[in-house]
Amino acid sequence: MSQAGQVPAVGVARVPDVLHAEWTKLRTLAGTFWLLAGAVAVTIAVSAAACAATTCSSLGCQADPGKVSLTGVQVGQAIVAIIGVLAISTEYSSGLIRVTLTAMPHRGWVLAAKAALVGGLVLAVSAVAVLGSVLAGQLILPGHGFTAAHGFAALSLDEAPVLRAACGSVLYLALIALLSLGVAVAVRDSAAAIGTVLALLYLFPVIAAVISNQHWQRHLEQISPMTAGLYIQATVGVRTLPLTPWQGLGVLGLWAAGALLLGGLVLRLRDA
Amino acid sequence: MTTVTPFRSQAGPVKGGFRQELHAEWTKFRTVRGWIIAMLVAVLVIVGLGLFAAGGSGSSCQVSTGQSATGHNPASASTTCPGTTFPVGPGGEPVTDDFYFVHQPLAGNGSITVRVTSLSGLLPANVASGSPGTKPGLLPWSKAGIIIKDGTSQGSAYAAMTVTGANGVRMQWNYTHDTPGLAGSVSAASPRWLRLVRTGATITGYDSDDGTHWAQVGTASLAGLPSTVQAGLFATSPDDQSFSQTFGGTNGQGMPTQDTAVFDHVSLSSAPAGAWAGGYVGEANMPGVGGYHQAGGRFAVTGSGDIAPIVPGPTGNAAGPTPSVITIYLIGTFAGLVVVIVVAVMFMTAEYRRGLIRITLSASPRRGRVLAAKALVIGAAGFVAGLVAAAAAVLGAVRLAQSRGQAAFPVSWPTDVRVIVGTAALVAVAAVLALALGAMLRRSVGAVTLVIAVVVVPYFLAATAALPAGAAEWLLRITPAAGFAVQQAAPRYAQVSALYTPASGYPPLAPWAGLAVLCGWTVLALGGAAYLLRRRDA
Repeated sequence: MSQAGQVPAVGVARVPDVLHAEWTKLRTLAGTFWLLAGAVAVTIAVSAAACAATTCSSLGCQADPGKVSLTGVQVGQAIVAIIGVLAISTEYSSGLIRVTLTAMPHRGWVLAAKAALVGGLVLAVSAVAVLGSVLAGQLILPGHGFTAAHGFAALSLDEAPVLRAACGSVLYLALIALLSLGVAVAVRDSAAAIGTVLALLYLFPVIAAVISNQHWQRHLEQISPMTAGLYIQATVGVRTLPLTPWQGLGVLGLWAAGALLLGGLVLRLRDA
Repeated sequence: MTTVTPFRSQAGPVKGGFRQELHAEWTKFRTVRGWIIAMLVAVLVIVGLGLFAAGGSGSSCQVSTGQSATGHNPASASTTCPGTTFPVGPGGEPVTDDFYFVHQPLAGNGSITVRVTSLSGLLPANVASGSPGTKPGLLPWSKAGIIIKDGTSQGSAYAAMTVTGANGVRMQWNYTHDTPGLAGSVSAASPRWLRLVRTGATITGYDSDDGTHWAQVGTASLAGLPSTVQAGLFATSPDDQSFSQTFGGTNGQGMPTQDTAVFDHVSLSSAPAGAWAGGYVGEANMPGVGGYHQAGGRFAVTGSGDIAPIVPGPTGNAAGPTPSVITIYLIGTFAGLVVVIVVAVMFMTAEYRRGLIRITLSASPRRGRVLAAKALVIGAAGFVAGLVAAAAAVLGAVRLAQSRGQAAFPVSWPTDVRVIVGTAALVAVAAVLALALGAMLRRSVGAVTLVIAVVVVPYFLAATAALPAGAAEWLLRITPAAGFAVQQAAPRYAQVSALYTPASGYPPLAPWAGLAVLCGWTVLALGGAAYLLRRRDA
């Protein structure tokens, strides 16, 4: 009796184990690779197209070469959002979440591990996308009037504002992934989650564009995750922005933190 | 030997087919509480954002609350909106009516004839940089000629024969009407003869290049024209506007211009011939500019301004913001559409996620009819939600804007109805498109993102001027986002130079043509969905 009652020693899942498990799930998900590759390709392609479509004539031009060469981020973020949403919502749709939470009952760690991995992965991939975009800008923009003759310095990462715009864009995409992850944990359903994230991103700029009231417009832009977050891309006229570039990225950071917090709360309080 | 006959059910196929399928799909839709709530949220979002657009757009309105000396007794609240009052033309539309007018009364029927021998002008040296200084030149729609007008107040009825900077001779009347006459520009070598004949309420315009062979250009019927009108010579030239299209925004800048026309052979068939009086109707765009010089039978008239309908949208005019068009009260459509798209995709993909699709297809094996029933249910739900939302948003926002003392751009009631019903159709068709893509992809995330990427994002890029106007126009021609064209309400005038771009409310396609593009994509997607639904195992 006493022999039979012995239970084989069960290893308590530790943080590295959780990270390893989450990494395996993320890595082996069929879509992850294609989505990451798609995010890079779309970002660079749209950036290059934007550079080719913008010309600066001798009449004067208010275009911001740094911002133009990073335009692809505005479209690439949609794919990054899918990556963030899928990282958790596939677990709910397949029921895997119950296995995950059984193996690792401390739910906060599961979310933290997911956030760290998705954030890190997107960070690495966005660095490639952003570097490609800046390179496209360096190659295309000088042929479209963005030359020293019109008062534009060469688009180079040696310049502090350009470096800020590039690094900030990488962080921006990572924060979008975290925001999506947080929303997806809170909402659970993938369709509802991606709809919420995309509406959140694109809603504020469209409303701000039609509101002629400057006061309201300014406030809308200050709280808009996308508009404020993309202030980090400004390389000229930084002083005229409603927020400083880093404050703007901070607004997006607050949105992402809020979403993750809400997601963590829902994950703890609700049955899986 | 006994033969075993396999069992064959004697029950015939279920009758009543499509109605039952429809009923089944409607039951599935209405019993998911989240979807019904989501549809209500979509309606609330559209209405709420519409009211916000009406309430938050009063940039130039200050509500001043009068208070008594003690500060306890709020007396009267008054709303003043400088810059939002415009002269109103006979058709009820806001107009610009500023020109230099050399006139005398014309009693009863009669006519005025002149020869124009020259039209010249001054343009700002560089509009984009706003630098001072002028250079000689004319705008395409710099105008000078003869006019018969109901008095000298702004917005009153008129008919005019005019030479223009680059559009030949035109007959224009009551601001919105424009008919071409002789082509080519005017000069001493090729002068233009112009004539207006009044008969009752009808004014007929003629032009000629030699003063003997006359051609009728057009006929204007000006209702309620009094027996004595003002007839004479005019000159006016609109602002030179420069729009710099930058990535992420459009900046408009306008600077006033002036033009001078030289007339001779002036004859007015009024007896006795009165004296000419000169003066501005409205005021000069270019301060201090305007006047006339008479020597013998020769008149030189100089003016600055415009006689034209006001076009909504960004302008470089100093006159202030132009009135809102009802289209901006439907700005929430795109947000509501995101919600409806999510519901429509889930209406299909939830069947796959739960395995319900196998029961559905067992119960009604004709798969195409299942898809049709689903499309009909989600389309009808989208239409009803869109109709309620659009009607409430437009009617509520117009009321709200009026109560805040803002001039709303008047549109005819058929336009109102088209915009509201069109918005409902837009929501319905987009929902069906989302359903079809959901059936093709089976995965919620991919389908939702794809539909949002093709329906909402092109609209977003165009509305926020994130793309150059040319690229935005192409997107709104070929993508399903073309359906938003059905919401356009701003009038477009060939005789007014303005920025007719998607960002300022002018999509490249006509209202129903845009919706037809969306419908075309939806039919394609439905076809693909029906094909894949039949071909693939569920």
